[in-house]
Amino acid sequence: MSTSQPPSQLLPLAARTAGAWAAALLLFFPLGWLCLTAFKTELQAIAVPPLFVFEPTLENFAEVQRRSDYLLFARNSLITSVVSTLLGLLIAAPAAYSMAFFRTKRTRDILMWMLSTKMMPAVGALLPIYVLAQTASLLDTLPALIIVFTLSNLPIMVWMLYTSFKDIPPEILEAARMDGATLWSEFRHVVMPLSIGGLASCGLLCLVLAWNEAFWALNLTSAKAGTLATLIASYSSPEGLFWAKLSAASLMAIAPIVVFGWFSQKQLVQGLTFGAVK
Amino acid sequence: MAFLELRDIRKSFGDAHIIKGVDLAIEKGEFMVFVGPSGCGKSTLLRLIAGLEPITSGTLMLDGRDITHAPSGKRDLAMVFQSYALYPHMSVYDNMSFALKLAKVPADEIRRKVEAAAEKLNLSSYLQRTPRELSGGQRQRVAIGRAIVRAPKVFLFDEPLSNLDAALRGNTRVEIKKLHESLGATTIYVTHDQVEAMTLADRVVVLKDGLIEQVGSPLELYDRPANQFVAQFIGMPSMNMLPAGALPVLSELTGGRLPQDGYLGVRPEGVRVHAGAGAGLPGRVDLVEALGSDTLIHVDVAGRMLIARQNERTSLAHGDAVGVEIDPAVLHLFNREGRALPAA
Repeated sequence: MSTSQPPSQLLPLAARTAGAWAAALLLFFPLGWLCLTAFKTELQAIAVPPLFVFEPTLENFAEVQRRSDYLLFARNSLITSVVSTLLGLLIAAPAAYSMAFFRTKRTRDILMWMLSTKMMPAVGALLPIYVLAQTASLLDTLPALIIVFTLSNLPIMVWMLYTSFKDIPPEILEAARMDGATLWSEFRHVVMPLSIGGLASCGLLCLVLAWNEAFWALNLTSAKAGTLATLIASYSSPEGLFWAKLSAASLMAIAPIVVFGWFSQKQLVQGLTFGAVK
Repeated sequence: MAFLELRDIRKSFGDAHIIKGVDLAIEKGEFMVFVGPSGCGKSTLLRLIAGLEPITSGTLMLDGRDITHAPSGKRDLAMVFQSYALYPHMSVYDNMSFALKLAKVPADEIRRKVEAAAEKLNLSSYLQRTPRELSGGQRQRVAIGRAIVRAPKVFLFDEPLSNLDAALRGNTRVEIKKLHESLGATTIYVTHDQVEAMTLADRVVVLKDGLIEQVGSPLELYDRPANQFVAQFIGMPSMNMLPAGALPVLSELTGGRLPQDGYLGVRPEGVRVHAGAGAGLPGRVDLVEALGSDTLIHVDVAGRMLIARQNERTSLAHGDAVGVEIDPAVLHLFNREGRALPAA
């Protein structure tokens, strides 16, 4: 192919390619290093200069499972992220529907207000939410995390669904109404199929966000309802840093979501562009 | 009682009064056209009838039933939208059968009805395609087919031809007319195009600023406009309109019936132009529009612009001196308020 490029364009192309590779490697490096370290012994992990060739061991993974119940944390992560995402979709879809198709003068303001809540540092709400959870006896329980994850993802979910619903011409819904569709059949047969991409990417993004959430998981849970984020954190402990075990734990924590993200790349990208490209 | 009856229908959006009290009776099988300049409220009126906007006040009766506040789907009306509004994710067959499926009509009956409608609209070979694989004209036919299969009490059309190119518009107009003749269905059709209004309608409703100006058959509106607005809105080019004092000869022409502060209207075909300043009012040619079948001549008569339409072609050109005659048999007289005066 490059033979068809005039020489004057080759240099910028090479520069762009090099730049893209550099950026990609920079982003990938921590993850790659994590992968390598997870398969080293603790000694190899702190070796200077760093080792690139070594005999891989699975000892760290066995050790992590021995010391802490990986499956319990994984189960908690799975339950909190899936349930909070489904709950969020259930609340966000009607909200976005109403804002997209029954606009009022204040719709724009409500959307901005919802987004503005994401600008507040989470720690600002830590105390009241902690006290609320404590009073309701919800500390270190899955419902507490589910509620907080749902609420903190709602603004993004409403925005994403709003932008994807807004692309549906309102006449199509009016046509469905003329055809005798009830609110539910209008949603089920027209809105949902037409915005399935938006719904899917919104769900996927929020699943990833909830899975990766660490702040609230660390502050509201400990042994019983902890998610994988708390598992990782427990390996950077006062007893010293165990790089290899920390890496193994991290790898085990992120592996499911990385695999999941890999298979849903297309939907995720579509969602992250926020309906900018149709 | 009329089949569809509008009694003092009003619609306001906040402080903006869009429809200001419309009374209208539409008979069964009638083809009714709402026409008017943009912003006159014709589309809003149609949407009120469809139930897509709530009626602020008034009563809407269909076949003896009060449907003022009934939801759209329960009114037994079908609508064809300007943008077609087909379901993009469904095949033509599913688009046309959607309403019947929702109404839980048995599958074999749905099939029969959809196939019959597709046959009528020349869509039989496209039933499995999706809307994006169809041309504009075909999409429009699917939208019409979606309305037909339901056999509704009234068909509503909201400017259905305005997205089509000129040639297709003419064809589809003829198809809609034939379809109405074969189905005999009551139809309300909104357009801003007076050719569509004149050719399709049994009766035309001329709207302006949320009020009905006149209701009548196309030729009634053309021959006996109720007021200056209708006189000038219907007919292309519009009727020549002269204040009574504009030319001394006017009062003589009208036999003294024209009030001092009234207006005289004459359609372009009632104005004759003769070459040379001989007979009639002296004037000067300003512009000649040769349309082939007829010719429009814009003439300046004592500072007033008159348009004459004639079937013959002309060799007149800008600046030529001409004599202008106005046919006294086709004059329209209006009083100061613009109301038409009864013919002599």
